[in-house]
Amino acid sequence: MSGNSDKQTKGTLLEVDDLRVTFPTRTGIVQAVRGVSFSLGRERLGIVGESGSGKSQTGRAIMGLTPPQAEVSAKKLCFDGIDLLSVSSSRRRALRGNRIAMILQDPKYSLDPVMTIGRQIVETLRTHEKVGKAEARERALEMLRAVQIRDPARVFDLHPHEVSGGMGQRAMIAMMLIAGPELMIADEPTSALDVTVQLDVLNILDRLVAQRGMGLIFISHDLRLVSSFCDRVVVMYAGKVVEQLKASELREAKHPYTRGLLNCMPRIGFERHPLPVLERKPEWAA
Amino acid sequence: MTAAIAIEGLEVVFDRFRALKGVNLEVREGESYGLVGESGSGKSTLLKAITGLAPVAAGTIAVNGRTLGKTRDKAFFRGVQMVFQDPYGSLHPRQTVDRLLQEPLAIHGIQDGEKRIERALDEVGLGKGFRFRYAHQLSGGQRQRVAIARALILEPSILLLDEPTSALDASVQAEVLNLLEEVRRRRKLTFLMVSHDLAIITHMCERLMVMQNGEAVETLTASQLIGHRVSEDYTRNLLRASEGFVRA
Repeated sequence: MSGNSDKQTKGTLLEVDDLRVTFPTRTGIVQAVRGVSFSLGRERLGIVGESGSGKSQTGRAIMGLTPPQAEVSAKKLCFDGIDLLSVSSSRRRALRGNRIAMILQDPKYSLDPVMTIGRQIVETLRTHEKVGKAEARERALEMLRAVQIRDPARVFDLHPHEVSGGMGQRAMIAMMLIAGPELMIADEPTSALDVTVQLDVLNILDRLVAQRGMGLIFISHDLRLVSSFCDRVVVMYAGKVVEQLKASELREAKHPYTRGLLNCMPRIGFERHPLPVLERKPEWAA
Repeated sequence: MTAAIAIEGLEVVFDRFRALKGVNLEVREGESYGLVGESGSGKSTLLKAITGLAPVAAGTIAVNGRTLGKTRDKAFFRGVQMVFQDPYGSLHPRQTVDRLLQEPLAIHGIQDGEKRIERALDEVGLGKGFRFRYAHQLSGGQRQRVAIARALILEPSILLLDEPTSALDASVQAEVLNLLEEVRRRRKLTFLMVSHDLAIITHMCERLMVMQNGEAVETLTASQLIGHRVSEDYTRNLLRASEGFVRA
């Protein structure tokens, strides 16, 4: 695959500096994200951490999907020169789905259950581009073909409950890619899928991201999977970045939390009883 | 020695759909046995058929040498308990942990409840402080520990585990897998464990059966699988998939 060789890393697509997301609750303020900083070119960046580490909230803040009661602040949150924090909500809406797209975890919940798959894809396209009905349909079918759905005309007219999880996730990828985004945020895109289907979906995602030269943020709790898929990995713990490293240098990870995440999964051919368990030290969160 | 679970020619039919097509299985006493396959391969249906939760159309199931009929009696449930996949769905949202653990004791008329609840909570690594909490006050890993405590409280000899860690984070998964291994060693339990993750099955089980479309593809020992000594293409595909993403 040509992905690694012709990757354009020159321009910075996204800049995040000191991002904070806080939620007011009955028992006080909860800081979900506490000063996260990174920058992204046209590359694949993985964000890894456990539940509650703030990885999904980071992705949602970039996308502009933070719940209204929460507060987002940052020294800089910039997408291609546009300051995402001060931009008007209508401009933000125009960006969302058009230049920045997001794939969610479970197609069962993130697709509209009462709308055919085809109509949902066409809706995305016609929200962002002026195209006629016939052309929109043509492009949706082409996109379904691009995510390796064998019989796109049939799938176009199906409702989400009529397709399998893997097929639903492909439809979701098609919907997100149809407007040709420059930045894609994938939040646990394969966690709800079977192991074999997982690989198919990742292959499709990998190929399309490379072909179109997109920037990708891949959010997952599976460090091993992320490191095999991404160029760079950001490891988060308790709302903070504890380590940033190249995926190829994962073996030389220094932070005990990163090493713990790497070690705690059972692997075929490596007998370890009991499995090493993550120690969580309070000073990591400080 | 009699087998802990012996299944012959098991057929499960939902309306016209054959979910299991003549499956044979033998799990020895004290063994940990794994079932692997993709969604819809019938691995969970097999567990449900044992507990009487799936419509058995043909075949026999024997547990600890006793052939099971259409209904299961109380003695069966004392001996066989199950832990489900989703810790968010398997605990009653309006009952405290204490109440959840009381229920099986009340059903079976067991007297020394107090002692058993304390022991069970202690065994799964939850202290007394958790006893009067509700499920929504617990994390996913803690909930799964409660579900395991509930299964253990009747002191069964067989545990049926349906993807016990697939809803959990990788780091919490390690803790729950360690806990399961520990209680098995201490109580000399027999495990029948379902997972779609080959690495987990080889870690936890001595033997395993690969399933697809309601049929057994092949039966292997864990060491055969680790050494890639498998004869079916389907198993080879699963093995390849479990090694993670490789850029083509």
